Amino acid sequence: MNHQHQQLITLIQDGLPLVPRPYLAIAEQLGTTETEVISSIQSLLHSGLMKRLGIVVRHRQLGYRANAMVVWDIPDHQVTQLGQQFKQFDFVTLCYRRKRHLPQWPYNLFCMIHSQEQDTVLQKLQTMIEVCQLQQIPHQVLFSKRCFKQCGARY
Amino acid sequence: MTTATSSPPTFTELQKKLLNDFQRNFPLSPTPYAEIATQLGVSEEVVIQMLREWSDQGIIGRVGPVFPPNRIGCSTLVAMSVPPARLEEIANYINTFAEVNHNYEREHPFNLWFVLTAATPVRLQTVLEEIEEVTGFPVMSLPLLEDYHIDLAFKLPF
Repeated sequence: MNHQHQQLITLIQDGLPLVPRPYLAIAEQLGTTETEVISSIQSLLHSGLMKRLGIVVRHRQLGYRANAMVVWDIPDHQVTQLGQQFKQFDFVTLCYRRKRHLPQWPYNLFCMIHSQEQDTVLQKLQTMIEVCQLQQIPHQVLFSKRCFKQCGARY
Repeated sequence: MTTATSSPPTFTELQKKLLNDFQRNFPLSPTPYAEIATQLGVSEEVVIQMLREWSDQGIIGRVGPVFPPNRIGCSTLVAMSVPPARLEEIANYINTFAEVNHNYEREHPFNLWFVLTAATPVRLQTVLEEIEEVTGFPVMSLPLLEDYHIDLAFKLPF
């Protein structure tokens, strides 16, 4: 990533200005052109450095009250394959492999399930267990209670 | 701070479309809001005004980019087990770090979970050590090894 991209990210990470020509407003701050800003964003998206650009909704305000982090202790040789398999469930919004922290934390696969109610989260979890045959895999469900902070990452 | 007890707002069909359809593929034309307005059959002012209101109300976090973790800078998920009576105070202290972007209480003996993102691993380590030192409780850092599916675009429950 070049310096220009870095500056652009700093300017847009909290959001595009809500004005008719947002890219022009950013260009003026960067001392560049509107076309240049648009093509830089295109290239960040294209390279995968930016995952997406758009409206970032705050799920808790929109009725997704039950947010569960489900953690699994998967044998290392199976974890990548299962992580890929979890993608098929549209209710899984995030899925990562993380380092275990033994002995107190044996779990290495994390996924998030969002739903309106805790019961529906648990039903969805049951579907995952059956479809992926995870009956023997130790797991825990950590429902969220209070949200103390939710914002985009800052760089 | 937001709680899980407030009732969700209700939206018109137009508002639902605006919320659902532009979480990705946001127009990269000089006048993106006008382009959205055309698709929705309303004026540019209506779109901008609605987004401003939702932004003020905290319904949307921003109209902007989502970055995958560990591509720019580095991040880790951190868990702590703290006495419930001190949870809020400790959570508020942790939020004072700009490096913290998500911070949740969860129903588990590890009752506080937050994501730390920093420009360098050294800075990440410094923040972790400072949190341990100030709060007096150990942190459990669970760095990301592989990302299978990170897409915070929500299909809204309408």
